[in-house]
Amino acid sequence: MRKYVSEVLNEHHVSEIETNMIVLAIDEVCANIIIHGHRQNGELKVSLSIDFDEKGIEFEIIDYGHAFDIVSYEAPALEELIKNQHKGGIGIMLVKKIMDDIHFSSSTKHNKLKLYKKVSFES
Amino acid sequence: MIEINKRQENHYLLISVSGEADASSSIHLDKTIREAMDDNGPNILIDCTKLEYISSAGLGVFMSYIEEISRNSINFIIFGLSEKVLKVFGILGLDQLLTIKNTKEEAIAIIDGV
Repeated sequence: MRKYVSEVLNEHHVSEIETNMIVLAIDEVCANIIIHGHRQNGELKVSLSIDFDEKGIEFEIIDYGHAFDIVSYEAPALEELIKNQHKGGIGIMLVKKIMDDIHFSSSTKHNKLKLYKKVSFES
Repeated sequence: MIEINKRQENHYLLISVSGEADASSSIHLDKTIREAMDDNGPNILIDCTKLEYISSAGLGVFMSYIEEISRNSINFIIFGLSEKVLKVFGILGLDQLLTIKNTKEEAIAIIDGV
C-alpha cells in the first residue's frame, strides 16, 4: 500500500518530502482501520482511491468494519502520553496535522473517509 | 522490514536502525532500546542513517522513553536522520523533545561534553 501510494504520487511530480508525509497519513489511517475497525480480521477489505486536482490530492478510503470516526476522536494531549510513557496514541494526531481537510461518513454499507492534501506539484 | 544492530563502542552503546519502523516492526526497536536502557551505561547513540521510513508506531517508541531519559539523565542521542524522516519527527514537535544531531561526531561531542 505504501509502495503504491508512493508510486502514484511520484508519477504526479509530488516532492519526496511531501510524498513521505502523505504516505504516512494513509498508512496511519489504514493501520487504524485494520486494528480497530476490523479487529485484525484479514478477510475484510479496504479500498483506496486517489484523485488529483490542480491544487492537491483527494484520497477516499472505504472500509466495511466497525465505524471509527477519526474526525470527532479527540486524542489525549502529547504531554500526557509522554509523562505516562505511552507508545501509542499519536497516529491520528499525525493524520490531522498532515492533511488539510478530513471528512468521515458512515452508512449501513460502509465507512468512508475523505482526506484532502494541498500540494505544490513539481514541474 | 527493520534491521537493528547494537554494539558497544568506546564509552557508548551504538544502536543502528535500518529500513522501516512501522506498525509491525517497531516492537523490535522497542525491545532493543528497552534492553539498552536496562543493561547499558548512560550513553546511547541511535544511528538512523539507513532509516527510510517511520510511522507513529516508531515515533511512539522514542516518545515513550523521553520521560525516562530525562529522569535518569541518560545521553540518548539520535543521529543521521534523512530530511524526510526528520520532518516526521517534527510534525508533533518530538524533534524538540529528543536530542537529534546530524552526524555521529556531533552526537559523540554531546557525550564528551564538548
